[in-house]
Amino acid sequence: MSILVNKDTRLLVQGITGKHGGFHTGTAIAYGTNVVGGVTPGKGGQTSSHGVPIFDTVREAVAATGANATSIYVPPPFAADAILEAIEAEIPVIITITEGIPVKDMLAVRRALQDSNSRLVGPNCPGVITPGECKIGIMPGHIHKPGKIGVLSRSGTLTYEAVGQLSALDIGQSTCVGIGGDPIIGTSFLDVIKLFAEDDDTLGFIMIGEIGGSAEEEGAAYIAEHVTKPVVGFIAGQTAPPGRRMGHAGAIVSGGQGTASSKMEAMSAAGIAVVNSPSDMGITMKNLLAERGLLEAALA
Amino acid sequence: MKVHEYQGKEILRKFGVTTPDGRVAFSVDEAVAAAEELGGSIWVVKAQIHAGGRGKGGGVKLARSIDEVREHAEAILGMQLITHQTGAEGQKVRRLYIEEGCDIARELYVGMLLDRAVGQLVVMASTEGGMDIEKVAEETPELIHKVWIDPAIGFQDFQARQIAFALGLKEKKQLRSAVKFLRGLYNAYINYDCSLAEINPLVVTGGGDVLCLDAKLNFDDNAMYRHKDVQAMRDLDEEDPSEVEAGKYGLSFIKLDGNIGCLVNGAGLAMATMDTIKLFGGEPANFLDVGGGATAEKVAAAFGIITSDPAVKAIFVNIFGGIMKCDVIAEGVITAVKTTGLQVPLVVRLEGTNVDRGKAMLAESGLNIIAANTMADGAKAAVAAVGA
Repeated sequence: MSILVNKDTRLLVQGITGKHGGFHTGTAIAYGTNVVGGVTPGKGGQTSSHGVPIFDTVREAVAATGANATSIYVPPPFAADAILEAIEAEIPVIITITEGIPVKDMLAVRRALQDSNSRLVGPNCPGVITPGECKIGIMPGHIHKPGKIGVLSRSGTLTYEAVGQLSALDIGQSTCVGIGGDPIIGTSFLDVIKLFAEDDDTLGFIMIGEIGGSAEEEGAAYIAEHVTKPVVGFIAGQTAPPGRRMGHAGAIVSGGQGTASSKMEAMSAAGIAVVNSPSDMGITMKNLLAERGLLEAALA
Repeated sequence: MKVHEYQGKEILRKFGVTTPDGRVAFSVDEAVAAAEELGGSIWVVKAQIHAGGRGKGGGVKLARSIDEVREHAEAILGMQLITHQTGAEGQKVRRLYIEEGCDIARELYVGMLLDRAVGQLVVMASTEGGMDIEKVAEETPELIHKVWIDPAIGFQDFQARQIAFALGLKEKKQLRSAVKFLRGLYNAYINYDCSLAEINPLVVTGGGDVLCLDAKLNFDDNAMYRHKDVQAMRDLDEEDPSEVEAGKYGLSFIKLDGNIGCLVNGAGLAMATMDTIKLFGGEPANFLDVGGGATAEKVAAAFGIITSDPAVKAIFVNIFGGIMKCDVIAEGVITAVKTTGLQVPLVVRLEGTNVDRGKAMLAESGLNIIAANTMADGAKAAVAAVGA
């Protein structure tokens, strides 16, 4: 089992005729993801280079294909509109890869999500993968192994780093979720932690945070109260100077808030095994699993 | 993106925000001419740099005669202004703002920004204006009044009145002028895709007017494509030249104080790489994210920027290839090393897509490259190279 996406996921690609959308549709199909349709306004009725039917609107695509998830690669000026269209069509899982959406546009999206039946992952995220079943996003599929450890992160390549370490130790992953590095995102650390906590086939998980905001602290507070599964944590940006934005729009320490040390303290206090070196994420999880007698079950 | 005080006020005035009258000046003569044009008997000569804390650093002076305007302009223009936000070397003052003086009865604070935890804009107001607001927030948070704005409804007059009353602006004229100010500030923020608006101080004059005395506006970089007029306000003199150069190539770069140059793909991994270097006793010279779709040209440009810093004594390349293929990175590294004639030790750690081909290319290049298998090994090697 897994969270968010699996072998029953029927995926749409919004922006399928664009460069990124087209390319990653190809890698998703090659991985075995069931891509049922694409959406590009004005190109309805055509077929994509991958042989996927294209629709003018999300509603039409859903009606024709029974899609239950969508991935959005639409360029930043039009991306919020694409997300709102997916929300209106009541698609349960909306994964937005697009980087660089203005905050003002995301304020409206966030508001629209409140009264909706949809969950948004991202924007500005690598996507979600349930290894061996469904890959949605830009992550390299081949580094993953099916298994029972969740990975949760704001960043892309740092997620791959954790996955690479786990796979090298023969520990597979249940689902890997990149929630994105923007100031406004649809799915928080806390949301994914709850999903992992409730998923019977996730034995433990790695959470990788970053400086800025207070999402890691909120997640840690929940873990302290409700989660008994082994959790390994890392916070990137221990050496970042205050007031400087470190690449991600959300990664900035301001007003003494959102520092790496305050996050690491909150996570340690919640019983999370916090590592100082990101190279130790995998081995620390392995040791925790062994201590709890779970290693045998977690090996791929 | 940041703009100068005078540019921020220019934008705010478009939305009905009242400010003292003022003129920008690039020379002492222009400063004097500006004061004469403004008239009156009291002026403020203000250094225009992007950093805050200008007054304490000696960049804001009151003048009671035209001679004093000239005197202050001569002193401030060209000075290295040091504030708590500039760093020890300070920032050179290249522009002045000459503003009419006003009779200040009270100094207040109003700020507007995104509350990430709520996903809404928040207006913050305090009677403790003119002070370091972060200190107020820390020591006496009850003195900061907050109002959140539902994006579906927008900022309403009743919310503006709540803020005005919290600031003690109860008298009819003051209340009306405070509401007009707050509405204008919100409209400017929304229409111009601001990421921060800070008015510190907002002043009440002896005559009861509410005036915006200082203005700090920051903008959402991602939205600048729809604000060409703000883009035109960009002042490259206020930015680090190597960061500007990096921006041209789509690289995200921040100069730091250490001696190990870093070249990484992905912001999270770039921060983690810096952390790892520090963990093993080294100091990163920079943050550099080459992004997801880096090409050999981008990698070469990144090398050029890193090596232009004379403090750099070693370079650590840490790449986890996803979309980006390790062989493409290897090609970029080899080209860059050959063309720049690299003089410092180079540590490379490659992982991910096409890793074997990438590693083989580096090994066969005949170049003096220290190969590392993990981020920790690479960081250790870079720290050792600097220490030797």
